[in-house]
Amino acid sequence: MILRLFKTAFIALRVNILRSFLTMLGIIIGVSAVIIMVSLGAGAQEEVDAQIESLGGNVFILFGSFRRNGGANTGAGSVQSLEQKHADLLETNVGSVEIAAPQLSTNAQVIFGNLNWPTDVEGIDNRYMIAGNWELETGREFTGQELSTGGKVVILGSTVAEELFGAADPIGQTVRVDKTNVTVIGTLRSKGQDTRGNDQDDRIFLPIETVRTRLTGRQGSNPNSVRMILVKIYDGEDMGFAEEDIAYFMRESMRVSPTQDDPFSLRNLSEMIETRAETTAIFNTLLAGVASVSLLVGGIGIMNIMLVSVTERTREIGLRMAVGASPSHILNQFLVEAITLCALGGAIGIGIAWITTYCMTYYFDLTSVIHTKIVLISLGFSCLIGIFFGYYPALKASKLQPIDALRYE
Amino acid sequence: MSSSVFSCAGLKKRYQMGDNEVWALNGVDIDIMQGEFVAVMGPSGSGKSTFMNMVGCLDTPSEGEVTINSEKVSTLSKEDLAKLRNRYIGFVFQQFNLLARTTAVDNVSLPLIYSGQPEDEWQTMAENRLQQVGLGERMDHHPAQLSGGQQQRVAIARALVNDPLVILADEPTGALDTQTGIEIMQLFQDLNDEGKTIVLVTHEPEVAAYAKRQLLFRDGKLVSDEFNPNPTLAMAQ
Repeated sequence: MILRLFKTAFIALRVNILRSFLTMLGIIIGVSAVIIMVSLGAGAQEEVDAQIESLGGNVFILFGSFRRNGGANTGAGSVQSLEQKHADLLETNVGSVEIAAPQLSTNAQVIFGNLNWPTDVEGIDNRYMIAGNWELETGREFTGQELSTGGKVVILGSTVAEELFGAADPIGQTVRVDKTNVTVIGTLRSKGQDTRGNDQDDRIFLPIETVRTRLTGRQGSNPNSVRMILVKIYDGEDMGFAEEDIAYFMRESMRVSPTQDDPFSLRNLSEMIETRAETTAIFNTLLAGVASVSLLVGGIGIMNIMLVSVTERTREIGLRMAVGASPSHILNQFLVEAITLCALGGAIGIGIAWITTYCMTYYFDLTSVIHTKIVLISLGFSCLIGIFFGYYPALKASKLQPIDALRYE
Repeated sequence: MSSSVFSCAGLKKRYQMGDNEVWALNGVDIDIMQGEFVAVMGPSGSGKSTFMNMVGCLDTPSEGEVTINSEKVSTLSKEDLAKLRNRYIGFVFQQFNLLARTTAVDNVSLPLIYSGQPEDEWQTMAENRLQQVGLGERMDHHPAQLSGGQQQRVAIARALVNDPLVILADEPTGALDTQTGIEIMQLFQDLNDEGKTIVLVTHEPEVAAYAKRQLLFRDGKLVSDEFNPNPTLAMAQ
């Protein structure tokens, strides 16, 4: 019976193909607009998620405190109140901390033959690679001996490797960092740009002891000071609680009196990105909202045409009633017609959205993700529009008196 | 021997025309028996069409009662009225009222859609009826491809497909030329010979002459109800 209704609807819609198509156009445009917007939004969201992933979503950066230098704030990490031992203490004493990796950084010129390149130099140990989500493209990590004795070895970021060696294999070559000759033992897998457009691959890693003894020198009052500690939290731990635990422990271990401010600052990388993600989400919702309006307009178009159709086919309705169609038969017939229009328009809209997002991804390098969910929702929604906007005209048709409908001129 | 197919008692229909009340039907009592061939005559405005719409359950009377196959129409809901029309009444209209762009078979099948017949039987039932009215060759033609007489035959096949108690024909020859009209009347006589009850509305005495019983309406009242002892035989012409 339902199949029969759809068949009848198809026949009725085929009678005026152009009009049926123009009516569907509103739904086609609406559905495709919604899907394209949501898919591009989902793509942007996924990109942000990937960035969080690459930076380490569950990572805190622990800096030493600010020091005021004649009123001028010298910025986070400018005082080496943090020490290497804090990293080990955090790992052993704070339950939610998986890895705490110290880092000491500076800038230096890296020289190979007649090529040179200015870059960020980070003194680290192997824990930093895990916490910072760094993977090796080639070569190896630092050995225990290299770390403890300040071995003259280096791991190159992919940008640096590219600038100095091009396509050649840098492993085993000797480069000069500032005035120290070091041997390349590995290269990092590329991470691309971070959220602010900085090239994350423009850096080199040296053992932290090497940086301390040969590049920065022992600075400040504390010979074992570090610039920051990268703290990775166990998966599934609450970042908020972890932050409190770390802050509490650091105050304890640095013997800070309750009235004093924290002599350190704790930053969560993902917080910055999440702010951006929220902006993206708001923007996406707005776009989807605008697209939905076009879907609504399409629905009104359906209603308009169905009203015309009911008037036009009043005699047909009268005849159907005369041969035994009940009001509910007539109601169903016109409702199914409206739903068919909308469902068909929705299906075509989905097809167009799919092609469009594919082209956009292909030609404009935009990330887009079509979720099955959004496809089903928009298809269901367009059917609902059919029911909603088709109901009144259908009801109007079913309320006709058979004799009035038959005599309608 | 024969039972009443339908009867009207004190049937009245009032229309409001501006400030005036017009009684299109003003107290009509009729019994029509099974197997009758009745012509309903009268000048335009006499109430014959209104009478037809009442007994066809297309319109509701202002007063009085129509009883069809011992069911009182006034007690039925719209849904039940639709079922009653579907089961008991086959309509034939002056303008045929076929669905355009729909084949003869599908036009004839239309009442079956609403009768709850199994769908796989529709085709055969419709084809049989088209055969019966002499259109076996043109089952898949659209109305636009058929002559007026052929279209009316499709309409009659449609009226017959549910095997109704009565065929109500409203000026069935009104849009046809004389010869085609005679052919249609012959078809009605054949159907009546097979036992089908037929009620025919016409304003032409020549058409009414084919019927066995003639009702004459004037000003909303039944003024004459006579048996026709010598119906014209379409065969003879």
